Amino acid sequence: MPEEKKSKTEKKAKEEKAAEIKEEIVAEAADIKEPADEKEVAEGEAKAVQMAEKEAEDTVGKEAVETADTGAEETAGKEGQTAEAERDKTEVIEPEESHVFKRVKSIVFSVLSPKMIKDMASAKIVTPELYDKEGYPVDGGLMDIRLGVIDPGLRCKTCGSKLKECIGHFGYIELARPIIHIKFVNIILNFLKSTCRECSRILIPKNKISKYKEVLDEVEKEKGIEGRRQKIKEIIASLKTINKCPHCKARQKKITMDKPTTFFEDEKRISPIEIWTRLEKISDDDILLFGLVVDYVRPEWMVFTFLPIPPVTMRPSITLESGERSEDDLTHKLGDIVRINQRLFENINAGAPEIIVEDLWDLLQYHVTTFFDNEVAQLPPARHRSGQPLKTLTERIKSKEGRIRHNLAGKRTNFCARTVISPDPMLELNEVGVPDLIAMKLTVPERITEWNMEYLKKFVEKGPKKYPGANYITRPDGKKKKITEETKEASLEEIQPGYTVERHLMDGDLAVFNRQPSLHRMSMMCHRVRVLPGKTLRLNPAVCHPYNADFDGDEMNLHIPQTEEARAEAEILMEVQTQLISLRYGLSIIGCVQDAISGNYLLTKNMILDRDKAIDLLAAIGIDDFSKLPRKEKIDGKELFSTLIPEDFNFTGKTREEEEVTIKNGKLVEGYMDRSNLGEGSGLLLRNIHQKYGKEFTINLLGKIFRLGVEVLLRNGFTCAVSDTDLPENARMKIQETLSNAAKEVDNMIGMYYDKKLEHLPGHTLSETLELKILETLNKARNETGNIVADFADKNSHTMIMAQSGARGNLLNLAQMAACVGQQAMRGKRIKKGFEARTLSNFKKDELTPGAGGFISNGFKTGLTPTEFFFGAMTGRDSLMDTALRTPKSGYLYRRLANAMQDLKVEYDETVRDSSGRIIQFEYGEDGMDVSKSEKGIINVKRIIKSIT
Amino acid sequence: MKKKFTVDKHILIPKHTKLGDKHKEKLLEKYNISITGLPRILKTDPGIKSLGAKPGDIIKITRKSQTSSEAVFYRVVVDV
Repeated sequence: MPEEKKSKTEKKAKEEKAAEIKEEIVAEAADIKEPADEKEVAEGEAKAVQMAEKEAEDTVGKEAVETADTGAEETAGKEGQTAEAERDKTEVIEPEESHVFKRVKSIVFSVLSPKMIKDMASAKIVTPELYDKEGYPVDGGLMDIRLGVIDPGLRCKTCGSKLKECIGHFGYIELARPIIHIKFVNIILNFLKSTCRECSRILIPKNKISKYKEVLDEVEKEKGIEGRRQKIKEIIASLKTINKCPHCKARQKKITMDKPTTFFEDEKRISPIEIWTRLEKISDDDILLFGLVVDYVRPEWMVFTFLPIPPVTMRPSITLESGERSEDDLTHKLGDIVRINQRLFENINAGAPEIIVEDLWDLLQYHVTTFFDNEVAQLPPARHRSGQPLKTLTERIKSKEGRIRHNLAGKRTNFCARTVISPDPMLELNEVGVPDLIAMKLTVPERITEWNMEYLKKFVEKGPKKYPGANYITRPDGKKKKITEETKEASLEEIQPGYTVERHLMDGDLAVFNRQPSLHRMSMMCHRVRVLPGKTLRLNPAVCHPYNADFDGDEMNLHIPQTEEARAEAEILMEVQTQLISLRYGLSIIGCVQDAISGNYLLTKNMILDRDKAIDLLAAIGIDDFSKLPRKEKIDGKELFSTLIPEDFNFTGKTREEEEVTIKNGKLVEGYMDRSNLGEGSGLLLRNIHQKYGKEFTINLLGKIFRLGVEVLLRNGFTCAVSDTDLPENARMKIQETLSNAAKEVDNMIGMYYDKKLEHLPGHTLSETLELKILETLNKARNETGNIVADFADKNSHTMIMAQSGARGNLLNLAQMAACVGQQAMRGKRIKKGFEARTLSNFKKDELTPGAGGFISNGFKTGLTPTEFFFGAMTGRDSLMDTALRTPKSGYLYRRLANAMQDLKVEYDETVRDSSGRIIQFEYGEDGMDVSKSEKGIINVKRIIKSIT
Repeated sequence: MKKKFTVDKHILIPKHTKLGDKHKEKLLEKYNISITGLPRILKTDPGIKSLGAKPGDIIKITRKSQTSSEAVFYRVVVDV
């Protein structure tokens, strides 16, 4: 209870009755029982509201809708639209096409009038009691069965339908005294401030009223309805300072509002009755200037004289396991309102002192206010006995967990699964490994016909616990029946053509696979199911790239299309092979990764195998036709690779080292495979194959090449070792020499700097010049060590092979391990920050040596000195922070871009237009080219001509 | 006095020309669009200052393009 009210009660009321009230207030707070299961309440609520919404929909049609909500969300800001709607109202909308049952033409937002409240109500609520001794709803109580049914078996007294059929009906209570609607206080304040306290006319001189109206109409013509609202606001603001009524010359007093619902006129309180009478006296013409349409909104309607009671279906009670009933928050709140209202009536009729009546009135105002909004800043929220605040009307609608964002905008779906993902290169690219556990939960509906009866019976026979079984059968009338171990015989007897069996997921079923964030269309692709043991979803590592997935704990979602149409769409539009070529740069976005690249590199570079080894390899990747292998004992790796490529395929390309790669008549005659040919988003090999042989062939070939690479490594062994970074003695000497030379050079420059002999670069100070020169020298030295490493390191070491093939890592990484980590830079400069005039306390102040600026001359293998390690940690932390801060920012940027452009479309005349047909670009991309049909944005005319002739 | 600077002669300003009535009609017919469906340009835009364009005129803009050598764009002059 509000503190101030309590103290007021104490101060004023010495009478016994007042003390009673106070007790009552305390007792009330204790009265409220907390619903045991929050979730259930919320769910029931959601259902009921949906039903109530349905009712609203049903009234739509020939006429505009009058919203039945008492208006938690309504504001006077909508009146402009009501004017338009009014015009539409007279027109009868005739359906243009026969399949359109009802069409919404316009929606009117309005405030309920007392008459409307009474008319739409089917019961008057007079008692706060809910149930009688038999547990039957009391007539005239809050759970009156005229307000709808929430118990199974009962019938609604108003409409006669059963539970779930009856959507509920409103009731009303007659308030003993008017109560202000908390959501309209600002509008009421505006009205009070800008109308006369004597004659209730608007504070604009008679002759100017029509002028103001003209101005408003003009503004609306120019800037639309928003401009009109803006102008109305300005006009109202200008009226607040007028202190003499231009009509009756009465002096105006200053009106203030004591939040949330009390109004004062020169320190004297205005009662809601007074407010109501003032608002009631305002003429229709003046109301128009406030932007309200009188037919829909009268200002006095913003002060309640009757309060609508929402149907029970939107505040269902739940029965606990103990048989006890637990009421909804709204019912509790309404109970308070009804109780206090009754008491107010009694007191007024008994002629109780004004103080008591006023206190009760304030209490009623509090309850009605919290009924609408329990988060009003100035009021203490009404609470359960447990101290948890009640969830009333406004809380149901707004914020993330509210009806709008949670129930209406938040879409949830059935028939889906989510777990951790892991790689399996033995899957095809368009397959997804589904754990058997999931496969037995997810189902595919299959309609029984004469022809598949026997086939489907087998699933029902197995029941839900044995794979492959079935979980449900659906009768032709739509009734669903769960199959259990006990009922499976009965179900087996029952089924006949026309029934539907929901069988377990099986190999070859279609599934839509997705990883968030779903930034482009390749984030959701259709895969074929492979049921596997284990608990993770499995995918071929080659499709990680379009999903941007890795296996450090990523989770992905799986959806099972449930209808023939959905399956057809998924297969034709979304399957992995249809997404091979990126529509962004016109190259394959799916390619070999990691081991597959190293393997093919090794195979095609210089590997010679025995014939039986070669056959073994081919067999392992699923080839059983060996006729393409040359008939000799020793088979070259290139020849083995060539067996995969079709015989009429010709190709020339470049390796990463700019060497020629030539495929002639399906034979790899020159060069070797590496990332620039097999990798994702690079090289034209895959693009050309796709162009010539189509998606099915490409996806198949890619899978084979991938597995070939993996198998090669499997047979030869492939690993990294510290010894990969070993260098011969002379190389180490060379590196030391390079580094010490650089150190000397830097030393020299520092000396020159101190002697002022250093010449400065244009546009830089002397110290800046020195910094730049030091940085340059040190970077040069590091690069030199890198070259030395590249020259002397064992070319056949596996680390080196990975770097050269492009599978993972680069030469710089190797050099950092073997020789020298190099300069640590923050914001493109040497490290400066830390202590006063130095980076760490073991250096001298203003020291300029390489070491003091964060140069790490050791390699990772040799090990870093403590200071070096610290510098490394500094830059490491910095880059970590940077990525952590940048990712959400760029994500939001991308999201806004995508939302802004989502319904732009290329029309048949190659213009880009938005949804209302306005031109955005006269020719798509200014050259009208579809990048996904090109090769890296280029159309190779020469090659096309060559291929034709 | 120094030579006065004119924006539309600047190297970075693409070529703006006013479309004649005949061309205007042809254009609207070609794209099957009313004048409100075109992209807009402000009457006070410095690039068309010297053309003396009135609201409702169509300005042809010829730009250099990264994807094709030249790209044409049309804008309708609007007030405010």
